[in-house]
Amino acid sequence: MNTPNTSTPVLEVTGLTKYFGGLRAVNDFNMTIHKGELVGLIGPNGAGKTTAFNMITGLYYPSKGEILFEGESVVGLQPFEITRMGIGRTFQNIRLFSNLTVLDNVRIAYHPHSGYGLIDGIFRNSKYSAKEKELTEKTQDFLSIFNLNRFESEIAKNLPYGQQRRLEIARALACNPHLLLLDEPAAGMNPKEITELMELIHFIRDKFGLTILLIEHQMRLVMDICERITVLDFGEVIARGTPVEIQNNTQVIEAYLGKGAANVA
Amino acid sequence: MELGFLVGSIVKIGAILAYLYGLLWVLGHKKWWVKIVGIAAAFTVIQLGLTVVIGGNTLLNDFDSGLLFQAASMTMVALGLNLIYGFNGQFSLGQWGFYGIGAYAAADVTFRWTHGDSRGLIVLGVGAILGGLVLLGINKWLSRYRGVPVMSAFAFYLVGSILVGIVAVGIGNAVDPSIAPLLGSQAEPGPLTQGAWMQIVYFLAVIFAGVFAAEISFLLGIPVLSLGSDYFGIATLGFTIVVNTLMVNSDTILPFPEMKGGRGMIGIPKLTTWFWAFFFMVLVIIIMRNIIHSSTGRTILSVREDETAAKAMGIDIANTKLLAFVIGSLFAGIGGGVYAHYIGFLSPKTFDFLPGFNPMIIVVFGGLGSMTGTIAASFAWIFFLEGMLRVLLSQFGTDAPTWRFVLYPIAILLLMLLKPQGLLGKVEWGFLKAPIVKAREIFSKPVETTSGQ
Repeated sequence: MNTPNTSTPVLEVTGLTKYFGGLRAVNDFNMTIHKGELVGLIGPNGAGKTTAFNMITGLYYPSKGEILFEGESVVGLQPFEITRMGIGRTFQNIRLFSNLTVLDNVRIAYHPHSGYGLIDGIFRNSKYSAKEKELTEKTQDFLSIFNLNRFESEIAKNLPYGQQRRLEIARALACNPHLLLLDEPAAGMNPKEITELMELIHFIRDKFGLTILLIEHQMRLVMDICERITVLDFGEVIARGTPVEIQNNTQVIEAYLGKGAANVA
Repeated sequence: MELGFLVGSIVKIGAILAYLYGLLWVLGHKKWWVKIVGIAAAFTVIQLGLTVVIGGNTLLNDFDSGLLFQAASMTMVALGLNLIYGFNGQFSLGQWGFYGIGAYAAADVTFRWTHGDSRGLIVLGVGAILGGLVLLGINKWLSRYRGVPVMSAFAFYLVGSILVGIVAVGIGNAVDPSIAPLLGSQAEPGPLTQGAWMQIVYFLAVIFAGVFAAEISFLLGIPVLSLGSDYFGIATLGFTIVVNTLMVNSDTILPFPEMKGGRGMIGIPKLTTWFWAFFFMVLVIIIMRNIIHSSTGRTILSVREDETAAKAMGIDIANTKLLAFVIGSLFAGIGGGVYAHYIGFLSPKTFDFLPGFNPMIIVVFGGLGSMTGTIAASFAWIFFLEGMLRVLLSQFGTDAPTWRFVLYPIAILLLMLLKPQGLLGKVEWGFLKAPIVKAREIFSKPVETTSGQ
């Protein structure tokens, strides 16, 4: 485990709660993530993991609680403002811009840094030509890091599933995040693709100096790559710890397999 | 005879498609002199058709030239709608309302001008320019604060617009006495109501009418675009109906007696020549294409593709939607101004909500998200409708217009069944194609993630 970090945490969530009508989707969720960590968030279906993600990225407004990103509160900000502050994310069900090319998918993510405005675009002035070229080349280089450059003029929805996941991660990284939230990146992948994904996650963390929080059901992936794991069940945190600690936690086994299962295991 | 006309219509549609293909091809040519020569040639071909007289008739008769002008203005309206619906994914039925606003606003300016009243131009001009500045100023000021509720922002914009309106009317009333003597009357044109001056006034009227329509759409869009797409469609349909109702009552509840309410506005100077129609159409096409193939254009597309993902990519989707809506309405307003000065007579019936579906039909017919399709469909559609009417007239006599609207929906239905992506799908011609991106040599080492390496 990493040595305790005393600097400002990248993400600090305290008392986060979300009600959907009478349903308490997330209750008093706390979490602190320091720079460079790779943290897993697991739990059975409907435990509130994605809801927590959506609150962190501003898609949902929390009923209660505080979310500090690098010391600044992000509660009440628009999702695009949060993204521009440095939180990138992927989605559980792939959400690519499916009718656009792979290149355009990533160029859209670069838009806040495109460096030219609508007026430059309309007049096609020299600023437009220069910046558009720069943007495109930057995107192409970026795609080649992910081995996606050979697909750059393909329509995104025509890519194989594994490549679509890869593209979604690439696109999230093009937003230049400090913290990357991955929502079930391995969903629907075969064992070989999962191995590739694990390598990719390690690679991007080192290459971009990222802090990563991921939701996952694939225990192999979670146990292999996460340094710390938080377990949610019915909106409550039931356990925290290293993968080994979590594997032997009675409450976690009960949450996944039912009461009494811990004794059998 | 009637078959001859049908064949003739098909030939005409073919000729127009070839013409448009050529126009887009020369516009997209790399060499600038080919562009200029090509555009001049494209303009001249039609201009000659309109003016050269052979055997007592011009090459293009009045009927065909009328369709051509209508198609040119329809192109602008439909392109605007394609930006809103086809590219941005917001189902809008308000396009016809903005078309009407543009038509009436531009017509009022030139009508007043030729009747010795300069206030139309001054009020609309000051209103459009000052209004634009004020709205942008408020927008900039509000963007410094986070989490301003939509309706509060709207209140600021509304108050700003009303103040601008009051100021514009004030300036108009103050300046008018010094300009009015130069205008003369309708019977005796003054120095400012002849020749080049009239062309300048016409140009300004059309541009200001477009900007005015865009500003109205900005005010409408702020509260309404925060609704989902379906509700947005209903709300904009409501807008078209409101505009139409105001037109019908323009001489009673609005202070515009010259618009003559439901009887229709007559005496609009017919200033739209082929030069102007062609000029505005090409201008709109160029602006549209440049927007779509820019970074901002890609964000407009991303909102259509997936709003949630667009948000997560750091795109301000509320602003993006508003931008597409405002630019689309600008095009509609310009189209309206061109139309009004071609036809010379505006009736509220033209801007009823039922014909308001025409641009929607054209956009879907031509292919959502295809600029070429929209342009081609605008022309083909009008020639198709009128050609069909002529054929039916000989068969059904006075019932023909009724039968037309039975057969025409069937034709659309068939097209939707056979080619749901529209006439041209996603195909773009020449100028409108996305710039080709050259593949790049790999500089960074790709990550090798195949297991076993």
